[in-house]
Amino acid sequence: MSENESSTRRLARRLSWEAILGALLLIAISGGGFINKDFLTAENWANLLANFVEIALMALPLSLIVITNEIDLSVASILGLSSCLLGLLWEFKCPMPAAIVICLFAGALCGALNGFLIVRFRLPSLAVTIGTLALFRGFAFILLGDTAVADFPPEYAAFGLGVIAHTFVPAPFAIFIFLAIVFWVVLHHTTIGRSLYSVGGNQTAAFFSGVNIHRLKMLLFICSGTISALAGIIYTFRFSSSRADNGTGFELSAIAAVFLGGVMVQGGKGTITGVVLSLLLIGIINNVLTLADVSNEILRIVTGSLLILSVLLPNLIASTRERWRFMRRQREIAAPV
Amino acid sequence: MTDQGKSIVANNNLWVGTLVRSREASLVLLILALTATTNILNPRFLSPQSLKDLMLNVSIIALLVLGQTVIILMRQIDLSISSIVGITAFLSGTLFVNHPGIPNLVVVLIAVGAGLALGAVNAALIAWGKIPALITTLGTLYIFRGADYAWVHGRQVNAVNVPGSFLAVGTSTCLGIPLLTWIVLILLALFSIGLRQYRTGREFYAIGSNPGAAVLAGINVNRRVATGFLISGVIAGLAGALWLARFGTVDATAGEGIELSVITSTVVGGVAITGGVGTVVGAVLGALLLSVFSSTLVFLRVPSFWQQAFQGAMLLLAIAMDAYLAHRHALRSRVKWSHV
Amino acid sequence: MNNPMNQSITIKIAALILSLTILGTTSHGEEKEIKKGLKIAFVPKNINNPYNVIETGGSMVACKEMGVEGKVVGPSDPSASSQVSYINTLITQRESAIVLAANDPNALIPYLKRAMDQKIKVVTMDSDTAPEGRSIFVNQATSEGIGRGQVQMLAKEINNQGEIAILSATPNATNQNTWIKFMQEELQKPEYKGMKLVKIAYGNDEDQKSFTETQGLLQAYPNLKGIISPTTVGVAAAARYLSTSPLKGKVALVGLGTPNQMREFVKDGTVKEFALWSPADLGYLAAYAAAQLASGNIEGKEGETFTAGKLGSRTIGKDGVVILGPPTVFTAENIDQFNF
Repeated sequence: MSENESSTRRLARRLSWEAILGALLLIAISGGGFINKDFLTAENWANLLANFVEIALMALPLSLIVITNEIDLSVASILGLSSCLLGLLWEFKCPMPAAIVICLFAGALCGALNGFLIVRFRLPSLAVTIGTLALFRGFAFILLGDTAVADFPPEYAAFGLGVIAHTFVPAPFAIFIFLAIVFWVVLHHTTIGRSLYSVGGNQTAAFFSGVNIHRLKMLLFICSGTISALAGIIYTFRFSSSRADNGTGFELSAIAAVFLGGVMVQGGKGTITGVVLSLLLIGIINNVLTLADVSNEILRIVTGSLLILSVLLPNLIASTRERWRFMRRQREIAAPV
Repeated sequence: MTDQGKSIVANNNLWVGTLVRSREASLVLLILALTATTNILNPRFLSPQSLKDLMLNVSIIALLVLGQTVIILMRQIDLSISSIVGITAFLSGTLFVNHPGIPNLVVVLIAVGAGLALGAVNAALIAWGKIPALITTLGTLYIFRGADYAWVHGRQVNAVNVPGSFLAVGTSTCLGIPLLTWIVLILLALFSIGLRQYRTGREFYAIGSNPGAAVLAGINVNRRVATGFLISGVIAGLAGALWLARFGTVDATAGEGIELSVITSTVVGGVAITGGVGTVVGAVLGALLLSVFSSTLVFLRVPSFWQQAFQGAMLLLAIAMDAYLAHRHALRSRVKWSHV
Repeated sequence: MNNPMNQSITIKIAALILSLTILGTTSHGEEKEIKKGLKIAFVPKNINNPYNVIETGGSMVACKEMGVEGKVVGPSDPSASSQVSYINTLITQRESAIVLAANDPNALIPYLKRAMDQKIKVVTMDSDTAPEGRSIFVNQATSEGIGRGQVQMLAKEINNQGEIAILSATPNATNQNTWIKFMQEELQKPEYKGMKLVKIAYGNDEDQKSFTETQGLLQAYPNLKGIISPTTVGVAAAARYLSTSPLKGKVALVGLGTPNQMREFVKDGTVKEFALWSPADLGYLAAYAAAQLASGNIEGKEGETFTAGKLGSRTIGKDGVVILGPPTVFTAENIDQFNF
């Protein structure tokens, strides 16, 4: 009896958020396959993965930013700006590789502006990036206004739409996989990663232990800007369309994915694995519900509920664990008597 | 330089410093300067009609700013207000459609009640579910709007179905000031006194400045935070009803995206997003400043496509300047202390 | 796993038999039949806009008449990327035809081509894509006719004199931008040399934004004589603002609106006349066009004719465009005959 209990307790302790997400993912996949015979086709998976590739890309640096207890709401506006810039450069006959490099650089500059205001002026990132959310989107409208650029070269459009040979993995998604691995290594296996956690956990302590907090945060925001610009380029090729309103509102989806992935809003906690799992989970749930003709309205409710549950569940688990520990201590105290 | 000269300079600095440091005063100065400049360039800026429009435009945002200020003072945030406004605005409309002859006050009370109920969801999740406000209200922003969409689904309430006496709140004036604005001014006075004079009000500040200390001081933080979200819900419910009075037509998208304008106004108005600092008067002045600013852009015929960028730049400038002044103030007081 | 293959073979056989019977019937000069078991999906710009709800409502009526399985799916925000995920899903679900109001003329093309490769017929209505993305575009009236007609209507009211402005939907709305292009062309004509287009404002098809944009137009351009608002949301919001402002009756407003939204403003003299086709008939016609395509009765070539229930027969024009018919002009005299 007591052995049984201890094994449950051990299970509970090991029940990390990633494990729960993984289990949910398996349930979603098998449930999806059960409900709809079209769900497990290669064609559907190619669409499913391509659907959220931009949001997935932006979620990677955003996770690190949230781990250091900051936030970046301007990512989707940088996506839109980079998409417009790419269209404009292409219209002015700029060779495509050069245009791509310029866009990435512009994204880095946007990120640097965020970083500068947050680090140098010590401004709260929430307020700064609400401002740049409007500013960068405004730049996008200044660049293209009501016009759209659509005549992108076929080979680039083919990249946006294509899949890697002999698989169902969309070509842009391969970029995400590569970057996810890079971010995983950096966060979990380098000193930079450890400093990120320490900054998020306790900024003062991190400072005294010799972490250059300013440089670290600056780099993070530049990285976020650059990758958001990359997402903008991919978006442009995927839809062969460069418009000022591209990707409006994506920032909320990216942030939702980061939180659902178990990254704590107070900083100091979270893993890339969790974020990747949560991205997949959201993508799959959306896909399954759309295939089942569930209306878009319900999708919003599901996303919101998932977000809240992502924190509520671990909290409940933690408090249950706490109660177990308390009961065990009570029993231990009671036992000798 | 003589000692005397030094002290005169210091005195001067002190006077200017106090003025600049008082957020409300500097906001008023900025608003006046902006209004004067625009009026010189385009004298119709101060015509009665345009003033009335300006007041009406700022009213609903200013109302929501009251609730948001209470929240931000406690180092929390409420993103879900726009969705609550959407639901309660349509609810008010359908009440008029389905129950012709229903008293206006009953409709407002029901809208406020609905706002309270939705605010209670936030309050419960944040205070007792221990979920950070940013996540909770981002979630309920989605959930409430999703519910609104699912319920409304392409229907629309038209001004024809809303009684004229109710729409009058959004159009008629008293002493040259729209009724809608009067409502906001009265609530502003109540909030201002409440936050300054009453224990509960002071506790909101205490929680924001130092949550740990607030707990040690015996403040029931959970309860205060919950109260804050209930207040925010009530205000959003009222704003929903007034939204209908102001615009007459309501569909599922009413209020979408205004949470960012409200937070921006609050921050520009000097309420620190890190909690504990700021006043409702300042926050409402922040809303007024932004409203005057966008009105200025229109009057000066700035192309539509430039307006968003200008507004973003304005927010950045406001918070950067605020930080700069606070920094200088901190430096100077350090110098002053070192002399003592 | 072999199931789909078997299915497709049976479908092919069924199609063969059907086409034989169709050949038989056409030789007698009768109506071509609609195939049994068709599945048609309708994807509006977004599912919450009242106009779109009326439109797809008409489509569903047509589906019922034809014995076709119809459904309406789509995003809650009018963006191309959210429409793509629905198109992809519909391909996976192997619909017989997709009827779509496109949110972007180009962004959807690759996905629509993929649908057509899989023998799914694509029809656009309301808002077109580039011709390679669909077989048939069911247009309200000719885009040129709509655009030029709006200018003519306004010119008549203001005696070809004065400053005018346009209040559009989103800056990237395909149909509105096409109409605006023709409006600008029409304004080049010598008889309109007294009229000057001073600004194109964007209300984003949001009621509140359109309302404040109207207000801004009137403030920034005091000599404004007329406004054209070629979107149902915009024209209703503009009318509402004008009806409570001193400029009521002094600034002419024309546009495209639904009679139910505009009734009171026509009756109180804010608006003299406005136009619109029947959105329900548009959706109805698009459903028939899609069903006829999917039945193999037409291919979308110029000169082909098909029957569309109560609307009688329609001929496909250049570039696969089918025209619903000239829009109705609503005035105080006739508006009470319409209810949509």
